[in-house]
Amino acid sequence: MLNYLVRRVLIIIPTLLVTSALIFTVMSLSPTDYFSNLEAEMQASGEKVDTARIDFLKKEYGFDKPPVVRYFNWIGGFLHGDFGYSFEYQLPVRDVVGDRLYLTMLLSFATIIFTWLIAFPIGIYSATHQYSWGDYGLTTLGLLGLAIPHFLLALVFMYFANIWFGLSIGGLMDPHYFNQPMSWGKFTSILSHLWIPVIIIGTAGTGSMIRAVRANLLEELQKQYVTTARAKGLHPFRALMKYPFRMSLNFFISDIGSILPAIISGGELVAIVLSLQTTGPLLIRALQSQDMYLAGSFLMFLSTLTVLGVLVSDIALAFLDPRIRMQGGATK
Amino acid sequence: MNAPLPPAGAQIPHYISEAAFDIHSVAKLTPEQERLYFASQWRLMWWKFKRHRLALAASVFLLFIYATIPISEFLAPYNDATRNTDFIRAPPQAMHLFHQGKLIGPFVYGYDYHLNMDNLKREYAVDRDKLYRLRFFCHGDPYRFWGLFDADLHLACPPHEGIFFALGSDRLGRDLLSRMIYGARISLTIGLIGISISFCLGITIGGLAGYYGGLFDLLSQRLIEVIHSIPHIPIFLALAAIMPASWSPILVYFGITLILGMMDWTGLARAVRAKLFSLREEDYVLAAQLMGARTPRVLLSHLIPGFISHLIASATITIPAMILGETALSFLGLGLRPPIVSWGVMLNEAQNMNVVALYPWLMFPVVPVILVILAFNFLGDGLRDAADPYTA
Repeated sequence: MLNYLVRRVLIIIPTLLVTSALIFTVMSLSPTDYFSNLEAEMQASGEKVDTARIDFLKKEYGFDKPPVVRYFNWIGGFLHGDFGYSFEYQLPVRDVVGDRLYLTMLLSFATIIFTWLIAFPIGIYSATHQYSWGDYGLTTLGLLGLAIPHFLLALVFMYFANIWFGLSIGGLMDPHYFNQPMSWGKFTSILSHLWIPVIIIGTAGTGSMIRAVRANLLEELQKQYVTTARAKGLHPFRALMKYPFRMSLNFFISDIGSILPAIISGGELVAIVLSLQTTGPLLIRALQSQDMYLAGSFLMFLSTLTVLGVLVSDIALAFLDPRIRMQGGATK
Repeated sequence: MNAPLPPAGAQIPHYISEAAFDIHSVAKLTPEQERLYFASQWRLMWWKFKRHRLALAASVFLLFIYATIPISEFLAPYNDATRNTDFIRAPPQAMHLFHQGKLIGPFVYGYDYHLNMDNLKREYAVDRDKLYRLRFFCHGDPYRFWGLFDADLHLACPPHEGIFFALGSDRLGRDLLSRMIYGARISLTIGLIGISISFCLGITIGGLAGYYGGLFDLLSQRLIEVIHSIPHIPIFLALAAIMPASWSPILVYFGITLILGMMDWTGLARAVRAKLFSLREEDYVLAAQLMGARTPRVLLSHLIPGFISHLIASATITIPAMILGETALSFLGLGLRPPIVSWGVMLNEAQNMNVVALYPWLMFPVVPVILVILAFNFLGDGLRDAADPYTA
C-alpha cells in the first residue's frame, strides 16, 4: 500500500512539469506579446512610443532572455510562492489571484458533492428499474443536462431567479465582502450565492455520471453472485446493498478523475457569464490581453487542482479496492 | 418394418433402412438460423442497431439535418447576410392557414412598427390587414450556388414587398431561420473534421503504444494523462486567443477544428491501447507475424478491424463535445467570427439578460444545438450496443 502511495504521489511531479511546459509553450506561441500590443496601442492612440521604457520593461520581466530561461524562472518561482508578475495589473500574480483560487476550489468541491447527491439515487434507480419509464425519463433528463450549453443555462437561470425570487445572482457573494477576511456575513453571503452556479455546472457532470453508474451497476447486477444471493432468498434490497452497491461506490470515486476537468472547465465558462469571483473572468481577460504570466499561472493552478483531485480519487480508490493496489505492485 | 419377430433365442437379422439418408440432417439449419449464422459482422450490427429505436430515430434525424448542408441556400428563405433594416429584432411571426375562416394556404400577418419613445424599444404589432402569402419554389435573394453558377431559387419566400421571419430577426434585421440553416454548415462540420483529426491521432498513438508497449507506451501514457488533466475550456481559450486577429475567418475555422481535434484524441488513444493489449496476444496475430507481416500490416489489416466498430461508437459520443466547444468559444468571442455563421456565433448575440427578457427568440439557435447533441448521444449509445453483435 505504502509502495503504491509513494509511487502515485511521485508520478505527479513529472505530470506537473510536462503540464507547465505545455502551458508555457502555448502562452509563448502567440506571434505577438504584451509589449508589442502595448506599443501598437500607444501608436494607435497617438502617443510617442517610449522605446527605452519598453526595453526596460522587457528586461525587467526577463523578455530579453531566451524562452527556456524564462520558463525555468517561472516554474522556479512556483517553489517559493512567486507566480510571476501581471503586466496589466502591475501586481504580483499572487495578489491578483487573492480569494479567487479558494473560491474556484470551493465551487468545484460543492459541484462534485451536488453531482453525487443527484447522480447517486438516480443511477441506482435506473439500474434496478432498467427500461422502465422512470429509467428512460431520468436518463433523458441527465442527457439534456449534457446537451444544454452551460452559458445559456446560466443566463436563463439568472433571468428567472431575478423574476421569481428577486435575486440578483451575479457573483459568488455580495461585492463588498470580496477579498475581505472571512466573517459570518461573508459565509452566509457565499452560501446564498453558491447554489445557482453549482446547479448549472453540476448538470453536465450529473448526466454523464448517471449514465456511467447505471452501466456499471447493470453489469454488476448480472453477475452470478447476485443471482445466487437472490436464489438463496436474500432480500432484494440487501442483495443490492451488500456487494453490487459497494462496487458502484468505487466507481463514484474513480469517476471524479474524469469529471473534475469538465467541472472546472464548465465552472470557468459559467463564471464568465455570472461574473463569479473565481478565476474564470480574470483568466479570459488575461488571455485576451496576453498577460502571459497571469494567464499561465491561472492555467497552472487549474491543472494542478485537477491533478490533485485525480490523485485524491486514486488514493481513495486504492484504500477501497485492494485489486488496484495489488495490480499496481504486480506490474513493477 | 412389420416383419414378424424372430423366434426366441434366434439371431436378429441385420436391418438396413431403405429411407433416403442425408448425412447433414443433424447440422441442417432452418432458413432463419442460416440467415443469422452466415450474416457478416456488419449485418449483425445493423440488426442489433435497428432494435434500439431511439438510436434509429436519432440517425434518421442526423441524416436529414446533414442533408440540408449542401443546399442551405435553397432551403433558407433569405440569404445569411440579407438585412431588413425596417425590421430590426422583429419577433417570430406565427404561421396561419385560415384568414377569417377562409383557407388561403400558409401565410403570415405583417407587422406595424412603432418606436416607443419612452424606452426606445422597437415595438411590433401584428397587423391583420397585411397578409403575406408564402410563395414556394420561388425566386428570391440571388446567391451563387457552390460558387459555380448564379441562382435565386428558394424553397419558400415571402411575397414581394412582404416579410417572413418564422423565428424572428436579429439586431441587423437578418432572418434567424435562414441564418440557422446556414449555421448548420459550420456547426455540424466542425465536429466531423475535428473528430477525423482526433481519430487519426488516437489510432496512431494508441496503436503504437498498445502494440509496442515499453518506453513509447510509457511516454504516451504520461502525455495522455497530462492532456487529460488540463481543463479543456481554458486551454481552448488560450489556444484560440493566440490565433492572430489578422487571420481570415476561414483560417480561424480550421484553426479551431485543429484545436478541438488536438485536445480530444486522448480518450480514443486510451481505448485503442487497451484493446490492443488484449488482442495482440491472440494466435492469429502471432501467425501473421510468423508469416512475415510487417507492423503496419498487422495493425491495420488484422488488429484494427477487430475493434473499429467500438472506435466508431466512442468517436460518435465525442462529437457533441466538439460542437459544444465551438459554441462556447464563439459565445465568448474567441471562436469563429462573423461573417462566418455558426450556431455559436449566433448565440454570441444572446449574451446578456436583456436578450432573455426582451428578445428571447435570439436564443433559438440553442434548439438545434441541443437536438443534435442529444441525437449524437443516442446514436452513440445505439452504436455502442451494436458494436459487439456476438453477445446478447
